[in-house]
Amino acid sequence: MSQSEPEAQNSGEPLCSGDDCLEAVAKLTEFLDGELTDERRAAIQVHLDDCSHCLGAFGFQEELRAVVNQRCRSRLPDGLKRRVLEALRALDP
Amino acid sequence: MADQATFVEDTEEFMASLYSTALRLTHNPADAEDLVQETYLRAFRSYQSFTAGTNLRAWLFRILTNAHINRYRAKKRRPEETDFDDLEDFYLYRKLQSPGGLGRSAEDELMDLFSDAEVVSAIDALPEAYRTAVLLADVEGFAYKEIAQILDIPIGTVMSRLHRGRKSLERELYDFAVRRGLVDPPAEEPVTTQ
Repeated sequence: MSQSEPEAQNSGEPLCSGDDCLEAVAKLTEFLDGELTDERRAAIQVHLDDCSHCLGAFGFQEELRAVVNQRCRSRLPDGLKRRVLEALRALDP
Repeated sequence: MADQATFVEDTEEFMASLYSTALRLTHNPADAEDLVQETYLRAFRSYQSFTAGTNLRAWLFRILTNAHINRYRAKKRRPEETDFDDLEDFYLYRKLQSPGGLGRSAEDELMDLFSDAEVVSAIDALPEAYRTAVLLADVEGFAYKEIAQILDIPIGTVMSRLHRGRKSLERELYDFAVRRGLVDPPAEEPVTTQ
């Protein structure tokens, strides 16, 4: 399955249509995921400083990641650590 | 080669994040606890094969996701899973910015707009392959390369799953916003599920 999954497409109408905007949006995900080289990252940051449309859209996607990050953390249940340690001890001869 | 004697000391700091991921994978606290325990037992048994100094956290998550797949392989695919891959980019942003939406303040309010339960429910509704990728990236902060190693898939597949997963998440959150009357419902927008 992993090799045959098609590339996800359908980017929709561009939010704004300057060449720099299209280029920035194409790299949005990798930018927010911290996967770009410093050089490419800096180039997009220069554009964001300049384009409020892209800045708004990027900020929103960044916020969305932060929401997921914060809301999907669960506290370790009482007793789980002890239970795991006991199970590990039970493995010892 | 890692030393079993230091296993607990080396790995205990990761238990809370392993549990958080386990809970979102299993949807159930009791199953999540079992999965974490199984992960630690498996990891302990093979700890001598782990190369000390390499990525211990990624190694543990790899064991966790494999254990989960083995455990639940027999179970049916969850029927409520949806895939909104046909959505345009910035789907939720466009909806909230649209005339029937919240307007310019949308981005300031996103954090407060959705409750914990709604965000968790939106994550839980993602198809499992996408949910796992999104959790590893957005909650655990793993890099594409690490996720590729954890899930044993190519980096391109990691990116594709993240892309689809995040789009689906936006659609789920949009549905909550519609139900609350925060934004207009979709007009003639065809929604295809796969």
